[in-house]
Amino acid sequence: MFSYLLRRLLATIPVMLLVAVFVFMLLRLTPGDPAAIIAGDYANDAQIAEIRSKLGLDKPLPVQFMVWLGNMFQGDFGESFFYKKQVGELIAARLEPTLSLSLLTIILTVCIAVPLGTLAAYRQGSWLDRGIMGFSVLGFSLPVFVIGYILIYVFSIQLGWLPVQGYQRISDGVGGWLLRLILPSVALSVIFVAFIARMTRTSVLEVLGEDYIRTARAKGQTESKVLMHHAVRNAAVPIVTVIGLSFAILIGGVVVTESVFNLPGLGLLTVEAVLARDFPTIQAVILLFSFIYVLINLAIDVSYTLLDPRIRY
Amino acid sequence: MTTAAISPGSQTLRRMLANPSVIIGGLLVLAILLMGLLAPVLGTRDPADISPKDRNQPPGYETTVRDNSGAKVPVVYRLGSDTLGRDVYSRIVYGARISLVVGISVAAISIVIGMAIGVLAGYVRWLDGIIMRIMDGLMAIPAILLAIAVVSLFSAGLTSVIIAIVVPEVPRVVRLVRSIVLSIREEPYVEAAITAGTRTPVLLVRHILPNTIAPLIVQGTFIVASAIIVEAILSFLGIGIPPEIPTWGNIMAEGRAVFQLYPHNIFYPGLVLALTVLAVNMLGDGLRDTLDPRFAKRV
Repeated sequence: MFSYLLRRLLATIPVMLLVAVFVFMLLRLTPGDPAAIIAGDYANDAQIAEIRSKLGLDKPLPVQFMVWLGNMFQGDFGESFFYKKQVGELIAARLEPTLSLSLLTIILTVCIAVPLGTLAAYRQGSWLDRGIMGFSVLGFSLPVFVIGYILIYVFSIQLGWLPVQGYQRISDGVGGWLLRLILPSVALSVIFVAFIARMTRTSVLEVLGEDYIRTARAKGQTESKVLMHHAVRNAAVPIVTVIGLSFAILIGGVVVTESVFNLPGLGLLTVEAVLARDFPTIQAVILLFSFIYVLINLAIDVSYTLLDPRIRY
Repeated sequence: MTTAAISPGSQTLRRMLANPSVIIGGLLVLAILLMGLLAPVLGTRDPADISPKDRNQPPGYETTVRDNSGAKVPVVYRLGSDTLGRDVYSRIVYGARISLVVGISVAAISIVIGMAIGVLAGYVRWLDGIIMRIMDGLMAIPAILLAIAVVSLFSAGLTSVIIAIVVPEVPRVVRLVRSIVLSIREEPYVEAAITAGTRTPVLLVRHILPNTIAPLIVQGTFIVASAIIVEAILSFLGIGIPPEIPTWGNIMAEGRAVFQLYPHNIFYPGLVLALTVLAVNMLGDGLRDTLDPRFAKRV
């Protein structure tokens, strides 16, 4: 187990290195001189030359890459062109809204999607199953910003139950924090509920056809116990895989949701950085998100051994 | 089933036409295609026409404008007007063009590139490792972020948006094609063809690639749907197609600031966008179930 973990951890290094190369090349691939882009439209030649030597852009590419990577490892993501602050500080300040939104969305998704999918599988072919599957196709197709605005319109503008936009730090009161996150996390969770409910249904259906389910029923086990203990448990591996896979979409969704609900998180920071062509910030955010994504996938792989004792590495 | 005369092709076609998903999705997609093609006929006004006195009007608003000869002509803003007094209905109709162009070209380009790379990876053993590691690296970057990063490199425009959406899609196609090639190359008929002295290019084109067509058509429809959404997201965030060009995302971006007072600028394009994506997804679902019976059992 330990050696497996170590092997998997080592295997993520080349992937992360490749991501780092892509992210590094980002600025170098831009048509034109990176120093001129950094300097902005109104810089003169002397300023551009100064930036070039300050950032080491006059050195050969491999050297630049090693210097850049070395800085990253020391937690130095460079200085934001736009905010004139350390990118590391910038990210730290924006972490809380994004983490809150993501966690709430995941909790909400799992609490809704797994029971829905199980129910659909249990009542396969019924109107309930059709309804849940119909909702699932619809949920796939409704873009998160459309759902977001519908929710804002109904619950904030028409009914006036919830605040329209904005964020409150958790330290300023849990109530206000939660109140402002309800709509964003509901909006964001729709697509995942659709996705995961569907996958849950498929894998529970497969398990329900197994002999041991019939055995459990034959020995007089109650239906709820058959479902919870025998079916869902055995269907867990594919469900967890899908939850892991959907993190990539979650990260994309965070960018859009934060924008719609005006949550000052990493997603909004990304959009602001792109609009300002603030490359150090863009690079750091992409690197960070990819790193998290790779780690989550690793965690999912490792969790298989916990969920299914038959899987041994 | 009764006679041997029915070819597998016509059977597939028959299955397809009996599938409600294919029919409903296909008809809706056709309707949206027609909407885009017939935009100049369907649109009531030039989508770029600004009219400051008619801004932020509700759906069904009627007014008069002077035409080129100076005569007053009545116009109806069927779906209201935006903050610059442009006709939302006409903008939505014209917006279909951008969405469709982006969706279809992203799917076509990523399939062509992905197929070429996938065949190389699946067939040329020593290239496999290198190619797949690069694809793993690309896939480790969340798709929308990768698209945002690529868009940030170029100036805003249709081409850069298409490139930005193609880049994250390619690795997914490569994986699919590679896995098919890997399983097909072990088939006895491929070995037979090799033994018979078939040259590699002929072998690839005649014996291996045809197997990728059905899965790629299915994958292609899903790429169209996701490309349409990503384009709308990029435009909505203000980093996609330039704002003066009518796209569904741009109309919504335009409506953001005044959403609380005039929600129609967001709702109508959002509705059309959702309907389009739904139609393409339904078509894809139906095609998956009918084109390849092996797929139908999964998901």
